Amino acid sequence: MGENRHSSLGLTDKDVINMYRTMLLARKIDERMWLLNRAGKIPFVISCQGQEAAQVGAAFALNVEKDYVAPYYRDMGVVLHFGMTTKDLMLSGFAKAEDPNSGGRQMPGHFGDKKNRIITGSSPVTTQLPHAVGFALAAKLKNEDFVTFTTLGDGSTNQGDFHEGLNFAGVHKLPVITLVQNNKLAISVPYEKQVASENIAVRAQSYGMPGIVVNGNDPLDVYKAVKDARERAANNEGPSLIEAVTVRLTAHSSDDNDRTYRTNEELEEARKNDCISLFSTYLKQCGVLTDELEEKMNNEIADEINEATDYAEQAAFASPDTLLDYVYEK
Amino acid sequence: MAEISYIQAITAAMNEELEKDENVFIVGEDVGGKGGVFRATDGLYQKYGEERVIDAPLAESAIVGVSIGAAMYGMRPIAEIQFADFILPAVNQIVSEAAKIRYRSNNDWNCPITIRAPYGGGISGALYHSQSIEAMFNNQPGLKIVMPSSPYDAKGLLKAAIRDNDPVLFFEHKRAYRLLKEEVPEEDYIVPIGKASVKREGTDVTVITYGLCVHLAKQAAETLAKEGIDVHILDLRTVYPLDQEAIIEAASKTGKVLLVTEDNKEGSVIGEVAAIIAEHCLFELDAPIRRLAGPDVPAMPYAHSLEKAFLIDEDKIEKAVRELALF
Amino acid sequence: MDTKKITMPKLGESVTEGTINSWLVKVGDTVNKYDPIAEVMTDKVNAEVPSSYSGVIKEIVREEGDTVAVGELICYIETENEQESEQAEQKNQPSTGNLKERPIETSDETSMRSRYSPAVVKLAGEHNIDLQSISGTGLGGRITRKDIQAYINSGKMDKAPIKEKETEDQTAIYSAGGKDNEIPVTGIRKIIAENMTRSKQEIPHAWMQVEVDVTDLVSYRNKIKTEFKQREGYSLTYFSFFVYAVARALKEFPEVNSTWAGDKIIQRHDINISIAVAKENELFVPVIKGADEKSIKGIAKDIYQLAEKARSNNLAPSDMEAGTFTVNNTGTFGSVSSMGIINHPQAAILQVESIVKRPVIINNMFAARDIVNLSLSLDHRVLDGLICGRFLARIKSLLENMNEKNITI
Repeated sequence: MGENRHSSLGLTDKDVINMYRTMLLARKIDERMWLLNRAGKIPFVISCQGQEAAQVGAAFALNVEKDYVAPYYRDMGVVLHFGMTTKDLMLSGFAKAEDPNSGGRQMPGHFGDKKNRIITGSSPVTTQLPHAVGFALAAKLKNEDFVTFTTLGDGSTNQGDFHEGLNFAGVHKLPVITLVQNNKLAISVPYEKQVASENIAVRAQSYGMPGIVVNGNDPLDVYKAVKDARERAANNEGPSLIEAVTVRLTAHSSDDNDRTYRTNEELEEARKNDCISLFSTYLKQCGVLTDELEEKMNNEIADEINEATDYAEQAAFASPDTLLDYVYEK
Repeated sequence: MAEISYIQAITAAMNEELEKDENVFIVGEDVGGKGGVFRATDGLYQKYGEERVIDAPLAESAIVGVSIGAAMYGMRPIAEIQFADFILPAVNQIVSEAAKIRYRSNNDWNCPITIRAPYGGGISGALYHSQSIEAMFNNQPGLKIVMPSSPYDAKGLLKAAIRDNDPVLFFEHKRAYRLLKEEVPEEDYIVPIGKASVKREGTDVTVITYGLCVHLAKQAAETLAKEGIDVHILDLRTVYPLDQEAIIEAASKTGKVLLVTEDNKEGSVIGEVAAIIAEHCLFELDAPIRRLAGPDVPAMPYAHSLEKAFLIDEDKIEKAVRELALF
Repeated sequence: MDTKKITMPKLGESVTEGTINSWLVKVGDTVNKYDPIAEVMTDKVNAEVPSSYSGVIKEIVREEGDTVAVGELICYIETENEQESEQAEQKNQPSTGNLKERPIETSDETSMRSRYSPAVVKLAGEHNIDLQSISGTGLGGRITRKDIQAYINSGKMDKAPIKEKETEDQTAIYSAGGKDNEIPVTGIRKIIAENMTRSKQEIPHAWMQVEVDVTDLVSYRNKIKTEFKQREGYSLTYFSFFVYAVARALKEFPEVNSTWAGDKIIQRHDINISIAVAKENELFVPVIKGADEKSIKGIAKDIYQLAEKARSNNLAPSDMEAGTFTVNNTGTFGSVSSMGIINHPQAAILQVESIVKRPVIINNMFAARDIVNLSLSLDHRVLDGLICGRFLARIKSLLENMNEKNITI
């Protein structure tokens, strides 16, 4: 029996099983997306693989009933926990009319779903950060007790919106949590060529908020940091910056060949830190997960994904009549 | 009804909307205790407090980006950009975000933000305090661009912009701020966005313009009337999307059309107006469509002689109308 | 059982083809949906292409190393389930509505019948066409520019009444039983004929002639002509001196530089001198613009250039526009007296005849002098003898006073 670290964080066995299931679901959906892309059925995939622990660990620390999230394009783990379904994601992959993110208007990974408080996003990076700060400003002005959570990659922390947004949040002490998922690659450019500071968390100092580095391959470590940040936010103690150091197991996107800028050895090294197997091992070591349960879980997920794929593949595209809809309020 | 200036009308509109709707708030540089560099928010900080009249850090992308977030939540932010010339750092937020939020989310989200910015020259503002910036935004479906020409319109249009459920860029001519005065109702009214307005009925030449140039055209029209030239003036009021019907009607009325803007000529808003007329009014035209605009130099210089040479004035409008009348 | 096609997938934005690196299956292999079947390389990515169906590989169509366009067949799979994915392809079409193609309305309505575009009005005006007599093929019966062009090309224009009368007259011409050489009247000849007829029919011509002693001018010109030609590359003709003198005189007599306009006489501000240039059976009348502002040399140069252009068929319409008075160099042909036809709508034409040596009495003594006749035809509606007499006297005086001492070329 290994050490049980989740109980002390207030997480039940059921909680951590759910956490694992969400991580696994994100991974499996993502893998299916690649197969569909390689079979020529969907035009584009951008992956969460390797970052599920950071995403799901953080999302579990939030209040899914009232908090708002402004995710970035890899955040399948976040949106799954915030109510988006496998079917929704498949509809988005196939760009079908029923896709709740955009009705097939945006590429996959451009999440948004108002009923689940997932804020609509775009392709230019880091624009979502000031939006999250704006939601937090609204919470303050309206005296509401929700917290806003936003994520981005390491490369995006060089954008002006990162600095402008965090500074605004710091000046006005707003209830917003910023999670940087540092996979150490901005498409092909490594961390050393992107960021001059020793880590990203230290950038928080400039903006009057705590900045901490956590192990992004461990959902419990991320969970704890986000949980603490949420408490601070809820207690009017202002914003936080969290850097989850993690790995990217795929190419940047379905249009990228990462073998042109990283070696097999580097990728093998990254795979050793695959959060899915690490967390599986942890759960098994502390007796929460068995091989049988894991196989059952895998089978259920496979069925769910097959069903969602079939549904989405057969669903209708948006009619050309709708091209002009919703430029402005009708 | 009291006679108030263009800027007082703008202050009044914000005051009334802050009073009426608790979701309305102002954010911008120096808008708080100082009341704005042009004093457009004069007294509002004192009345509504620092939470609703927010002095923002000097960072335009954050002013707009944070406002967009709040607007998506359901607030009605009025973001002030100190000079229209300084809106450029916020263009990504305006064009990639605000303009596309409703469309990209298939109507799930919307963004009721109003972005106010003083534009225009004639105040020795040189290259970076004088520009007309509207053309940069006038091929961005999802945005609305409003440019009022009078105190009455300024108040009614700003109130309409704040209540609009889509993003509105509201450009105020800074020379109009204290130059233009008229009787403006104290009670609540709005002027609809997207509707142009006939500011003078005439039969000889149609002038289509917007913003301060409407005032200049009206003055020119009075002089020309004494010479027997009867000028018809259409004020676009909303320069994007354009009120096509009103443009076609006004152009058809006289068949001779002068388009006026203070902006640089090539690629300006009036080029699009000319295209609309060309598409629809072939059989109504009695003369080639004529454009009167700022020259194609980066922006108006500081020296008075050069500034004056750049700017549109009554004389330039008179001359162009006269030539069209004689055609 | 059903045979399905597997095609080359589109592996990435902007990718149009892929190369099969290796097949991961062989004919007869059983595969599950999404099992990898081939490794494909594109210029953006390398990828394993999965099967879209469960079944047995029936035939491999493209070999390893083949580069295959996106959408082209690579292999066949025999499947158990016929329905699979057929539905998908059908239902993939939009569920609601379609942008229906609307047929273009081709009704007989004539709402546009009397709406003339500027281009149509211009063409009609240029060819004196009554738009009411043309039918339009455009939308709503509109007359298009092509309609006018077709009308012009159809030759219907030539059926004007005047032309018919001409045809009648021609039938009365004496015929020498087919021995005569009949030359069709076309092109420039036709235009010359029309212009001359018009001028002669409309303008009441009157004539006047003076004799000018140009002995000094001749001796001066003979002295410098060779050197001038060498220096400038073109000849210093007598004609240049005459045009120069005429332009000066016109400046003083604007009455002569004018046009009859029915209810008014227009005195021209500019002095643009038309000169006649003959070429075979063609006659061109190019114009020296602003002749009063030019030196003798400037005029000589203009004459040279215009004549060159005429000879090489390079005269532009603009070279022949806006003439206000014509000077005709009839002396070239040896003529000593002629009556020019006025170049319509100008008010006069001056014929410069041959310079001839003649005995002249000066101070009661015979002297051999170089004499030239200048013959003026004038529009008697515009001009009278008095003014023309003064005009010619002025030219005479200018020319007779041209000598080595006071000419500036």
